[in-house]
This record gives sequence, C-alpha cells and structure tokens, in this order.
Amino acid sequence: MAYLIVLGVIVLLVIWIIGMYNGLVRLRNQVKNAWSQIDVQLKRRHDLIPNLVETAKGYMKHERETLEEITKARNLAVQAGSVAEQGKAEGQLNSALSRFLMVVENYPDLKANQNFLALQEELTSTENKVGFARQFYNDQVQQFNTRIESFPTNMMANMFGFKQADFFEIETPAEREVPKVKF
Amino acid sequence: MWEVIRQNRVKSVWLIVIMTLVLAALGGSIGYYLQPAYPADGLFWGILAAMGVWIVMLLISLAGSEKILLATAGAREVSKKDAPQLYNIVEEMKIAAGLPAVPKVYIIDSSVPNAFAVGLKPERAAVAVTTGLMAKLNRDELQGVIGHEIGHITNRDTLFMTLAGVTVGAIVILADLFMRGLWFSSITGSRRRSRDSGGGQAAIVILIVSIVMAILAPLLAQLLYFATSRRREYLADASSAQFTRYPEGLASALEKISAGQSKNFSKSRTLAPMYIVNPMAASGRAAGLFSTHPPTEDRIRILRGMAKGSSLAAYEQAFRAEHNAGLIGSGDLKSSQEKGIRQPTAPAEHNHQQSLRQAKDILHKTAGYAIISCACGLNLKIPPDFGQNKVRCPRCGTTHEIPVEFLAATSAGLEQLGKK
Repeated sequence: MAYLIVLGVIVLLVIWIIGMYNGLVRLRNQVKNAWSQIDVQLKRRHDLIPNLVETAKGYMKHERETLEEITKARNLAVQAGSVAEQGKAEGQLNSALSRFLMVVENYPDLKANQNFLALQEELTSTENKVGFARQFYNDQVQQFNTRIESFPTNMMANMFGFKQADFFEIETPAEREVPKVKF
Repeated sequence: MWEVIRQNRVKSVWLIVIMTLVLAALGGSIGYYLQPAYPADGLFWGILAAMGVWIVMLLISLAGSEKILLATAGAREVSKKDAPQLYNIVEEMKIAAGLPAVPKVYIIDSSVPNAFAVGLKPERAAVAVTTGLMAKLNRDELQGVIGHEIGHITNRDTLFMTLAGVTVGAIVILADLFMRGLWFSSITGSRRRSRDSGGGQAAIVILIVSIVMAILAPLLAQLLYFATSRRREYLADASSAQFTRYPEGLASALEKISAGQSKNFSKSRTLAPMYIVNPMAASGRAAGLFSTHPPTEDRIRILRGMAKGSSLAAYEQAFRAEHNAGLIGSGDLKSSQEKGIRQPTAPAEHNHQQSLRQAKDILHKTAGYAIISCACGLNLKIPPDFGQNKVRCPRCGTTHEIPVEFLAATSAGLEQLGKK
C-alpha cells in the first residue's frame, strides 16, 4: 500500500514538473511571437521610408539634409542586431522622421499629393502598429520574466537554461512617444 | 481579461443548458395542449419539435451566424486596397489585443454612425462599420470604436451574444407558432374538442399553463439577454481604453455617435444589442430592464474620468466613482499594467464632407466601380456595366481612358452572359 502511495506521489510530481516546464516553453514562445510582430512592422517601416523620400524629393529641393538624415537613420536601423540596439536605432529614426514631418508643414503642394497622403497614412499606421506591438511584447516579456524569477519555477528555469527576455524600449525619453503625424 | 473570457465561456454553456430546458418545457406544454387525447404522445412530440428547431438554429449559428448577421445588416466586405485607413486601424487594434488573426472588415451603407462585431471565435471574427461612422469620426475616434469592437471579440462577448441571439430567436419562433396555432384551432378545431369533454377541467388548466409559458418564455429570454449585455458594453469600453491608451478617442466618438442616431436605422431586434450604441433606443438616457446598453452619457463620463491612465484599473476607478460598485474582477485588475495615456494623433480639424465622399467611394469600389480622378478635381465613378472604354468629364470635358482591369472585368462578364 505504502509502495503505491509513494509511486502515486512520484507520478504526480513528474506531471507537475512537466506542466511547469511546458508553461515556461509556452511563455517563451509567446515572447518570440510577440517579437516577430514588432519585427514585421519595423521592416514595413523601413520599406516605406525610401518611397517617402522619393516622393518628397521632387517637392523639397532645399531639404536635402533632412532627407539624407532619414535615409541614414533608416539604414542604421536595418542593420541593427540585438533588441537593445534596435531600440536605439529606431529612436534615432523616430526623431529624424518627426523633424521631417515638421518640415513638411511648409510644403502645401506635397501635403496635397495623393501619393504622399497614402504614404503618410501607411507611416502613421505603421508607427501605431510598432507602438502596439511593443506594448504587447513588453507585456509578454513581463509575464515570462516574472515566471522565471518566482519560486519554484526559477529552479526549473536555471536547470534548463531559460534566460530573461529583454524589454523593447525605444531610447531617449523624449522620443518614447511615436512621432505625431499631422494630416 | 481572462476572467471575463472564462465567465463568458461558462455563461455560454449555461445558456445552452438552461435554454434547452426552457425550450423543452415550452415545446412539451404546447404538444400536451394540442394533443389532449394522447397527452404522453403530445408531450413527446412537442419536446422533439422544440429540440429540432433549437438544434437546427444552433447548427446554423455555429456554421455561419457571422455571415447571416452581416447580411442582415447589409454589410459588404472591404479589402485593404479599398479602405486603407479603416483596415489599418483594425490591424492596429488586432496587434494591441493580440488577436490570432486580422478580423474581416465590413462596411454598411448608412449615414447613421454605428458599428458592431461578430464571430464565435477570435480567428473568425469580423468588424462592421457604417459609412456614416467613417464620415463623422477622425482617426483617433475610429480607433476607439474599433478598439471597443475588438474588445467584444477578445472578451468572447460575440460568442455569447450570438448564442443568446439564436436562443431568443428560437423561443420567439416557437411561442409565436403556438399562439398562431391556438388562434387557428379555436376556429377550426373547437367542435372536435368540445365533443370529448372527459378531461375538461384538466384541459383548461393545461391550456392556461401553456399560454402563460408561451407569453412568459420570450420575455424571460429577452430579459436575460439584455441584462447581461449591459455589463459587456462597459467592459468593452475598458478594453478599448486599454488597447488604444487613449480613452478620449472613444469618449468623443460615443458623443458623436449618440448625437447621430436616428429612428430610421436598421430595425432588427437581433442585431440591436450588438451595435456600439443601441440604434433602437431613442435617447441614450434611460437604462431600464429592457435596454441592452448602458446610457451613453454614463459611458462617456466614465471614460473621461480616467484621469490616471488607460489600464483596466484606471477604468475600474472611474467606474466606481460613478456607480459606487465594482465592474472588473480582481484577477483581471491585478494582471493589468498601467501604460499611461498617449498623445492624440488626429488633427483638430476634420472635414466631414470629404470623409463622407471617401466613405462612399469605398462602397463604389467594392461594387466594382472604377474611380478616375480628373485634373479639375472631380472624381468620376464608372459603374462596372458602363460598356465603353472612354469617358468625358462632365465638368471640364477632358476625355479619360478607363483602366484596363475594369474593362476586362466588364468584357469577361459580357462573354459569360453571351455563352448563356
């Protein structure tokens, strides 16, 4: 009888450990998924910028510097590797874009251009999507990290090498907000 | 909102169980009354018939209730190409809510601003807005409304509401059939019944019971349906604030929507509880037993009272300030994080006429119209059956060629007709 009870306890323990492990794997996958969503939006933004610069070029003959700055920031962002690096590069791209959008106010012809308006809507939306995807990603990271730190899952995490995920922060506090796009 | 989701799932199961019993009782008593000579047979066939109606309606709703509801509202599906901004906003809210797939986007041709969501599963959901809504709201307001609708989807309100709608429908149909049958048999069958006066008194008692059941059942069903749907509206508002991080967007949208309601909008009772603002209610003030939505002013006050942030906790606080009662479960409150309120993105000025024209253009595009912008500023809308490859602008007289893809569609259509 005692033998059976011991066996039962061991079986329950094993089931519990499996559940704990699977829970960690599920959370890690959620974090990965959430990151891939940010990634898609960042790529989309990087693809939009050359089009935007191309459309604006014809109208903004005297703003070569602003346009070059955007292109440079965009190329840096494309090459960025880690989550932290990406955050820094996106921050720079954001400030370049908001300067550009400020300058656009002086070019009514450009603001009336259908192609430009469509691009602007795409850009606004992509900015929003980056913001929302970041929100969602950070939520998932928070959940995952809390789980890894708390007892008894922390032992499990150590044993199987689960590492804390990085939050995605866009650097320099002034540019945390997505640039305001005016129509 | 995992607590709300679980509640909605449990409620959906209970709804099906209870409604099955109510329907069985209703069907049984009707059968019992209609077959006084063989009460056991009547009971049996009555229950069987009621269950038959119920199962058929349930199966239909599981298979394609989304399509039926959208068709009832006269909604047309739009792609990203047709309505880029609307589609983008839906995508944004999909990301914020972490939905598995982008809901389908539909447009309803009506100048009355309103919106609703359907879908038994988040993977198969759809959002519908009227052209009036697109015309009256700016980007942030539209985002607030879409956030509210996506909130209904993630909270599984659309699941419960669809099932509840179907049950109410089934009960109403059955009760209606019975009352008609009663009226009909009182003309034709009176002689037959008066002849076998054996169980006279018992028959009368049963008759009264079944009439009462037939009157009460639909009322009870509707009461249940309405009472539960008011809390959902507040919760969806809370979700919208959380997703958009901008409660003012939804607040000012609700203001515009309730100002724009008119009596000649869709009169469908099944759909009414699904809209963001109930089109059946004349004013947004009364919150009686039978209203599906809380008063709009109240919803706006709560949203504007969210001074501290955009999280569920902030909504709960504002709700408590208005009602002296809680709304959101403690588990959901604990897991919600404060992310602050973001800056508005939309401009102060909003051109109503222009937006309305754009919304109408979207409808034309979905109907296969070619839209050609003339240099003089006029947009020419060419119907798919126009039949010529050139068109003259009526204002400035410039001749435009109709893009070949629209011509191809027409000629292919003509060839098809020719074959027949």
